[in-house]
Amino acid sequence: MNWTKKDLLEIKDLTKDEILLILETAESFKEISLREIKKVPTLRGKTVITLFYEPSTRTRTSFEIAAKRLSADTINISASTSSFVKGETLKDTGKNLESMKPDVIIIRHSMPGAPHILARTLKSSIINAGDGAHEHPTQALLDLFTIKEKKGKIDGLKIVIIGDIMHSRVARSNIFALKQFDTEIVCCGPATMIPPYIEKLGIAVEYNINRAVKDADVVMMLRIQKERGRISYIPSIREYAILYGLKKAHLEKAKKDVIVMHPGPMNRGVEISDEVADGEYSVILDQVENGVAVRMAILYLLTGREQ
Amino acid sequence: MKILIKKGRVIDPKNNIDEILDVYINGNIIEKIGKNIKEKGVEDFVIDATDHIVAPGFIDVHVHLREPGYEYKETIKTGTMAAAKGGFTSVVCMANTEPVNDNRSITEFIIKKAKLEGSCRVFPCGAITKGLKGEELSEIGDMFDAGIVAISDDGKSVKHSGVLRKALEYSKIFGIPVISHCEDTDLSHGFINEGVASVLSGLDTVPSIAEEIIVQRDIMIAKYVNANIHLTHISTAGSVDIIAREKRNYKYITCDTCPHYFSLTEDATLKFDTNTKVNPPLRSKKDIEAIKEGLKNGIIDIIATDHAPHDLPSKDMEFNLAASGISGLETALALSLTLFHEGVLTLGELVKKFTVNPARLLKLPYGDLSEGNAADVIVFNPYIEWIVDKNTFLSKGKNTPFDGWKLKGKNLLTIVDGKIVYRDGLI
Repeated sequence: MNWTKKDLLEIKDLTKDEILLILETAESFKEISLREIKKVPTLRGKTVITLFYEPSTRTRTSFEIAAKRLSADTINISASTSSFVKGETLKDTGKNLESMKPDVIIIRHSMPGAPHILARTLKSSIINAGDGAHEHPTQALLDLFTIKEKKGKIDGLKIVIIGDIMHSRVARSNIFALKQFDTEIVCCGPATMIPPYIEKLGIAVEYNINRAVKDADVVMMLRIQKERGRISYIPSIREYAILYGLKKAHLEKAKKDVIVMHPGPMNRGVEISDEVADGEYSVILDQVENGVAVRMAILYLLTGREQ
Repeated sequence: MKILIKKGRVIDPKNNIDEILDVYINGNIIEKIGKNIKEKGVEDFVIDATDHIVAPGFIDVHVHLREPGYEYKETIKTGTMAAAKGGFTSVVCMANTEPVNDNRSITEFIIKKAKLEGSCRVFPCGAITKGLKGEELSEIGDMFDAGIVAISDDGKSVKHSGVLRKALEYSKIFGIPVISHCEDTDLSHGFINEGVASVLSGLDTVPSIAEEIIVQRDIMIAKYVNANIHLTHISTAGSVDIIAREKRNYKYITCDTCPHYFSLTEDATLKFDTNTKVNPPLRSKKDIEAIKEGLKNGIIDIIATDHAPHDLPSKDMEFNLAASGISGLETALALSLTLFHEGVLTLGELVKKFTVNPARLLKLPYGDLSEGNAADVIVFNPYIEWIVDKNTFLSKGKNTPFDGWKLKGKNLLTIVDGKIVYRDGLI
């Protein structure tokens, strides 16, 4: 199949075939990063802008490296340096950027649906690098890529997502992506952080971490976003770490070959213990490595789409 | 001016009329209603209303005319033109203008401006509290003397129960209702209903209980002090349940809902279209069914528009930041007629919710076609199909989620106080 979409805004938009196409394309790009000369001319002459209204290390660097390895020109704009602080609207910022003819704009924003505003307004391809609690599609795609790489499959797996499900765009995108496959998804976290009605999506909810991880193939940990005041949803970080911090003992109940994932940045000692983060089941750094390949694939597909 | 409207199906719920009749308007009053009224040859207009409905002009208990202060969103002139087009001959405008209508001078300004430029009758609603702050009572008596017909802090609930109690007690002096926007802001942090749609979009939520808790609280306080409470833009199944239960033992409760609460579900928000952002938010399918049932069984007395016009920049932005509201005056009749086409309401019941019931709530001498009454009359056809085009709105607010919808039913003629203020064909 061929790619036809202009933008990558949400996993909800994608068919299973489109997800598989991205994963397959990423496989062929992964090798480039292992070469001595880590650059191919595929996107030469293309311009990629990252427009980040929220801080980010991993995602932004990953996108920039992906674009550069494909020979695109990259420009980074962050909220503190943009006209955002002067009161320009997102739409106007987008239109102004478009006048400079970028091919792709990668946006991160604190509000759900912000990338959609650019997508509706601009001819450039828009990639959602995280919009509030809505979606973070490239994270879910690199997570699926990692699962497939480690497990050889996605179908038939039990995936447990642990943490602040309610405010997590990573959880949402992963749920939408994993639901395209024959998977068992369990969400685990404090009841205050599980969105009501989530079970209507066919997701199991389990408040007890020991029961949740039983027979799990994949355990995905989420971060408590202290900087967004999420602390008010729990009595204390201390109690959260006791009830929901992933420790080695929990993993004994999971499948023997369980993998532990985390989108980063980790709060060590809160949602994940050192022994797990650095332990034999952890694939956290593989996720970061795969992120580059998956983002190269997405940039390649969007810019080369059939029009 | 003399106008003879012939052979229309006259629906006048107050007088139990529903038959083919002629209506003779002389000057500003309805002179006669009857069969085969003879032309006298002196009429300015003789209108053939065959196949159409002739009804009392509609009364909207909840609009935002935005003047003074937000004239770039709407003015009294444009808002009442939109009202007239939609079949409304009287509107009640909410107090959240700038400055707030919490004193006589603003009330007088609105009334004077409406007399000068308005296409329909305008009845201001005064603020319950100064600056809509929920703290001190406004000078309700002075505003009543100037012409307010109700009080409301619409857009907000009066947070403190003690302040609301005083407002309900004080309103009894003047016999005007307190119109309550029901929202517990301790529970509502967001922009859309808490439901499957919010799980999907990650937008912050306004759960149904945020409305229902205040519905229950406000009724309890009103009942305790024996005052009139009107609950506006009711949107949830739970609210309908509470009101149904409470109406059985207390008669001074009324409520309204708006066309969008029985026309759209929360699913409409999934594409982040800010025209679907409204407060209270669009709810679930189950809520829509309950609202329709409430309209059918009479628990919901009134259909209001909550006409909330906005300029484009206020809507053309991130969902979280965009203004709430729908420009509703020009689609209300057709959306409500869907209830008739679906068999939820008869035409008589539907007309009642737009005329007699709001007139009774506000003690207005309108909303019926009694001979000798002021001639506020509309002619509409429930079957004409048309496509909503926001660019044809007379309102400055083009913010509608119904743009492009094919609707059935159209107002064709609006007469206010004996004067034709809107017509679409017919003459």
